[in-house]
Amino acid sequence: MTKARSAIIIGGGHNGLICAAYLARKGLKVEVLEARNTLGGGLALTSSHMSLHASILKDLKIKLTSQAPVKTIALGPDGEHLCFSGNTVDGPEAARYAAFREEYLAYAKALGPLMLNTPPRLKDFDRADAMTFGKLGWALRFGLGEEAMREFLRVAGMNVYDVLEERFSAPLLKGALAYDAIIGCHVGPRTPNTVLNFLMRLFHDSGQQRVSAAATTSALEEAAGKAGVTMKCGAKVASILVQSDKAVGVTLDTGEALRADIIVSNADAKTTFLDLLGTRHLDALFAHRISKPRTDGDVARLRLSLKARPTVPGLPDSDLSQRLVIAPDMRTVERAFNASKYGEYSKEPVMDMMLDGRTLSINAAYAPLKLKEGWEAGAEGFKAAVLTVLERYAPGLSASVETAELMTPADMAEAFGNAGGHWHHGEMAIDQAFMMRPVHGTAQYETPVAGLYLCGAAAHPGGDITGLPGRNAAKRILRTA
Amino acid sequence: MTPAASPIDFTRTHAPSPFHARLLDHTITQNWATWNGYQTPRVADTVASEYFAIRSACSVMDLTPMEKYRITGPDAGDYLNRLVTRDVTKLKPGRVAYAVWCNDMGRVIDDGTIFHLSEGVYRLCAQHHQLDWLLLSSIGFDVTITKETHDVAALAVQGPTSFSVLSAAGIQGLDTLKPFGITSVDVAGIPVTVSRTGFTGDLGYELWMDPEHALDIWDIIFNVKFERGLYDIRVIGLDALEMVRIEAGFIMPGFDFNTADTAVRADFDRSPYELGLGWLVDLKKPHYTGKRALVAEHARPAKSRLIKLILDGNKVPSGSFLFDREGGENVGAVMAQTWSPILKRALALGDITLRKGQVPSELWAEIYYQKELKWKLHWAKGTVTDKPFWSHPRRSATPPHST
Repeated sequence: MTKARSAIIIGGGHNGLICAAYLARKGLKVEVLEARNTLGGGLALTSSHMSLHASILKDLKIKLTSQAPVKTIALGPDGEHLCFSGNTVDGPEAARYAAFREEYLAYAKALGPLMLNTPPRLKDFDRADAMTFGKLGWALRFGLGEEAMREFLRVAGMNVYDVLEERFSAPLLKGALAYDAIIGCHVGPRTPNTVLNFLMRLFHDSGQQRVSAAATTSALEEAAGKAGVTMKCGAKVASILVQSDKAVGVTLDTGEALRADIIVSNADAKTTFLDLLGTRHLDALFAHRISKPRTDGDVARLRLSLKARPTVPGLPDSDLSQRLVIAPDMRTVERAFNASKYGEYSKEPVMDMMLDGRTLSINAAYAPLKLKEGWEAGAEGFKAAVLTVLERYAPGLSASVETAELMTPADMAEAFGNAGGHWHHGEMAIDQAFMMRPVHGTAQYETPVAGLYLCGAAAHPGGDITGLPGRNAAKRILRTA
Repeated sequence: MTPAASPIDFTRTHAPSPFHARLLDHTITQNWATWNGYQTPRVADTVASEYFAIRSACSVMDLTPMEKYRITGPDAGDYLNRLVTRDVTKLKPGRVAYAVWCNDMGRVIDDGTIFHLSEGVYRLCAQHHQLDWLLLSSIGFDVTITKETHDVAALAVQGPTSFSVLSAAGIQGLDTLKPFGITSVDVAGIPVTVSRTGFTGDLGYELWMDPEHALDIWDIIFNVKFERGLYDIRVIGLDALEMVRIEAGFIMPGFDFNTADTAVRADFDRSPYELGLGWLVDLKKPHYTGKRALVAEHARPAKSRLIKLILDGNKVPSGSFLFDREGGENVGAVMAQTWSPILKRALALGDITLRKGQVPSELWAEIYYQKELKWKLHWAKGTVTDKPFWSHPRRSATPPHST
């Protein structure tokens, strides 16, 4: 095969831009096609406490002006709040928490060889696969040491509820930590392998700069531009063109056809394979497999415009712009999840939020994609449920609401074109992770169709704002295409 | 796409077919087998008389138990072309094609026939239950797939006099019906679909009708013999069919080889190339399930092959191991075998491992046989052939009596 010289990237979210920049820096002529009128995709919805993996900032020479680190404050129903910052937390369990953080950060770090590389195949190993396995084995056995490795292997598949029960006693502390292990996914604290979720989030979270979504987007746009990437907004890809079993281009919804040596999709797997490519270019079992991953979103975003800054008893006004979490204890989180299992929204939702001026942006769980009564009927009820909970922590807040904009998973799917409106383009669970993300047969960024690649959150290592799928995909493409 | 509720009473091990009342009369041995849940004769009278009815006269067999699926909808043609390895886009209405389908790894799931009944309306017939695979393959296609095994009664009428028998029974227009053709006829006011297809390698027809009319059609055919005294017409069972299908070189998935969805061990299933069905694989047509694997396999030397073997001597190599020479290296085993009365030869289908992709021209079978209950060993040399063991020009002549 002759070396690929041009690439089209479908979707200008952060992973698409990162993949584009990496490819362009190696001399490919890259065009990013974004359906929306702005770049950045789902970044627009995220709170500002996440940041790209440090290796990407270094490789793409991105300089971000970091703001003061954001703290997470778990609001207590009694006005006794818990502030998490780095390895510290308020209250009597501070020492335990520090030890826990240190231990779990070490586990997260041990996952590094897996997160930063193409996930190895289990069959037909190549040298890179063997290398990744070797590094992972080394990190687990010698990086962690025998005792810690044993503990890691014990907890990795467990649920976060049981692990936190073993370690802590304060309900609020456990509730807030459990919240971080479940948010964005259709799981509760008692769902198996939520510890793995927690570890992945820790991995992404460890020692990174914290910048706003807007700043991240413009920095990526600039990096891509400097590398020579052409970026086109308002260009909605309708289908992927295939000739002689090779992806050769795309058509836009305007009918325009664009060609390139390789096509890289930052869209989720179902959209890429079922909608854009079409199952007639795929084998039947593969098409079946790719239609199965769990991609139903379970979080809604509520944006409140307030007449005045809210008052939270026990919390100084200066702390209102930190990340506030309402998850008073693990049972409340689990009970909130129960509702969504049966197609209902949580009557007692759990949430995290950030205040920017007088705009309060809330992620509220659980809000299942397929609400039994339908979101048209249920939206007002869910808004009211969120406000009822908020009112307990910030008395008078409801009365101060000017507008309340609810974005359900269905709305997110509509706005961002990701099947199911799932934050991470699919559940982050062990059966949908690593060499099985999104499904085996396309877990190494390659697809069954030559010249077609995945670079988004549907690919390893998945969601959150890490940029690693885009980076890893670019490296894979540069090695194989 | 929900399949209709099964009319089979699962508290019984054998369900009666629409022809059951007549099968009972003819199956004087009461030697029954179960075929896809239906009670079907293994032997009706004697294997010899049934075999010679097929080869020298006219045989009748109840085909109702064969799995039948109706495929309709705007994407029906594209769907089938993505399902099977041969190009069926050129299959015109009123025509039938033999086809084979594979999983993603290019391993054979089953074979069968596709009937293009009328524009965009297809029937797929298969040996084994296929509804789950057909539905799984339908993701992304606008098609409706309905299992109609129990809703269509089918009768195979095969043998050199089958044309004359059916014509005498009042079925018009068979003289212009070409092999693999379909026609719709009216038999004493009963609508019947007739296809010139079969599993015997000889002239023959298959009749498709509403189960409600099954016995009427049966009686009309047998009246040619019983009331008018014309031709020998006999019910046949599975044992006689096994003899003639081997003579014709037809394979039976699940018996001659493991189907992909039943094989437990890796490499115990087979690709079309390994079954000698390479002529059914089109590597140039648009994508179909298993194509990428088959393209890759085609570029490598073949690993194994289901071969046809004509043996010297009169011993039938039941379950024999096959060797490269007498007492030499074991290369495989016999999967199906028969004594062919019409050829006066022992025939076998054998699954063998190939060396460097080369099919040998001769093999030796280690045959164990009994003489007055005493076991003996015999080595028989066999010649490998890639043609059907037996065929007759009337099978493909139109009209059939022109030969």
